[in-house]
Amino acid sequence: MNTEQPLTADTFLAGLWRENPVFVTVLGMCPTLAVSNSVLNALAMGLATTFVLIGSGALVSLLRNVIPRAVRIACYIAIIATFVTVVDYLIQAISLRLYQALGAFIQLIVVNCIILGRAEAYASRHPPLASMINAAGNGLGFTLALLCLGTVRELLGSGSLLGIPLLGPQFAPWVIMLLPPGGFFVLGGWLLLFNWRQRKQGVKIPVAEVHRHGA
Amino acid sequence: MNTPLPLEQTSLPMIRALGLIALVSGVLIVVAYEQTAPRIERNRQQAIDAAVFALLPGAQTRRDFVLATNTLRAATVADQGDRLYAGYDSDGQLRGLVLPGAAAGYQGVVSLLYSYDIACACVTGMRVLQSLETPGLGDRIGSDAAFLQNFHQLDARLDAAGNRPAHAIVTVRHGRRQQAWEIDAIAGATISSRAVGKAIARSTEHWLPAVHAQISLLQGAAHEH
Amino acid sequence: MAPDALPRIFLDAMLINNFVLALFLGICPFLGVSTQIRTALPMGLATAFVMLISSLCAYGINALLLWLGLPFLRLISYIVVIAAAVQLVEMFVKKTSPTLFRALGIYLPLITTNCAILGLALFQTLREYDLPQSLAYSLGAGLGFTLALVLMAGMRARLALVSVPRISQGAALGLLLAGMLSLAFMGFAGLGGQ
Repeated sequence: MNTEQPLTADTFLAGLWRENPVFVTVLGMCPTLAVSNSVLNALAMGLATTFVLIGSGALVSLLRNVIPRAVRIACYIAIIATFVTVVDYLIQAISLRLYQALGAFIQLIVVNCIILGRAEAYASRHPPLASMINAAGNGLGFTLALLCLGTVRELLGSGSLLGIPLLGPQFAPWVIMLLPPGGFFVLGGWLLLFNWRQRKQGVKIPVAEVHRHGA
Repeated sequence: MNTPLPLEQTSLPMIRALGLIALVSGVLIVVAYEQTAPRIERNRQQAIDAAVFALLPGAQTRRDFVLATNTLRAATVADQGDRLYAGYDSDGQLRGLVLPGAAAGYQGVVSLLYSYDIACACVTGMRVLQSLETPGLGDRIGSDAAFLQNFHQLDARLDAAGNRPAHAIVTVRHGRRQQAWEIDAIAGATISSRAVGKAIARSTEHWLPAVHAQISLLQGAAHEH
Repeated sequence: MAPDALPRIFLDAMLINNFVLALFLGICPFLGVSTQIRTALPMGLATAFVMLISSLCAYGINALLLWLGLPFLRLISYIVVIAAAVQLVEMFVKKTSPTLFRALGIYLPLITTNCAILGLALFQTLREYDLPQSLAYSLGAGLGFTLALVLMAGMRARLALVSVPRISQGAALGLLLAGMLSLAFMGFAGLGGQ
């Protein structure tokens, strides 16, 4: 991982699907579970995280030759916290209702390990443009995963998508899907699906992956 | 760490980097804050307007008041904490008051606004602002028509001295409502319903003595700024 | 905000709104370190300790920032102070009790990136808790985190002896287990709600 990789389509696409931060490397679980109870929340959270990823990726990459190794983590966290504060105010300016729905989880983007992981593993070794493209890929991969969860949970939990009722009045909503256990079950289900697909394709399941990181 | 370098060689780049980052971060945050602050404030005001005008039909404008040392006064921008909203129609007549309340429910805090009519000394409507109550059960406190009917003429009179409510507003089990100051709970959501009752009871106790002592201040405030 | 009694805040943070099982904070250490009770317990207690320290720090910082009129620096100060607090705790434990340090050593640095800690600081600010309330909240949250970790470790220890389908090994199985545990914890809702 220490060498610089050339800028290809894969810089963007890897994070989107093959190395999807949620489904494959199992990073950033907390916001994934907490705000995926409706499609709109999932989308807003995903885009906010993408914004922070791109912004911090660009800044870390620009400053990569100035930051001493000893204090690099502190520097990355300060940069990430800056962008999170910015996005926090932006969301409040766009819609107060959305801000209330996402609650403290906007500020908790700071400790989303996807972002620190990208800063450390990619942006600190690559030029700004590549870092931003890579960050965008990972951010959209994260958004995609959130949408996968949000769609299932909103459809089964309230019988609607984006607030538009779809399943008709006879449908009795599975309230459990909107509650915390539903989050765990749906994400567990998606991971099973991914593992099954990968096993069919003969890729090794990253079992040990989850033991390696924090939040 | 085995071969210590001279101080300026180890710490200078560190200080330079941290200073640079602090500068960039500071500029970014301050610019974002300055740019968004007016819009955030406008959104907040619009949300309050929407709730107040929905609870007080006919109201066109509102004035905010705060309670400081048991006395109401017009709120200024710097005032923190809970506010009372007085709604006025186009002729400047007081249409009613909207008061805030909050209490612990089943999962988290239920916060709400309710409207209060001075002439009948009763609550006339209620709106849940934020709650974490169970979807489909507890969260019906904000939507159940029969439950919301409780707040149409809910008795909130003060005692003869005007210092405290004559009867504390209280939530009773579903189907047991007998008095005008009782709230009939939603079947299967008693704890959430009780939170609503408790929030209104606490809030009336806190605000109403001052409201009734200063009716003329509230009635005459329509055109002041 | 209604004034909440201390026991209620404590119970709320520990059981009703358990940080891991109801608020989804600190999922990664929860899944990562809950394979054995032997490691789960010290990890939980170390986290609880750091929670207590950072709750105190966050209370002080918030008061200072409000006094200075700089609320927009809240997030950035919290995270920096939490990272520093973890470092301090690490150094302190190393100096005073090398045995404890060896037991916790590997887990301590992990705690910085545990979002339960930052979550605690943010939630206590959001709820405008005063100092005793913040302490009750952080104690409850810490013990609740430990409880969830130990329970999960107990369940996983049982499962280690059974064969499960290969696709459900690792995180997927952990999440399904956590879902069941979370379902069980929903039974605590309404506790103390009179």
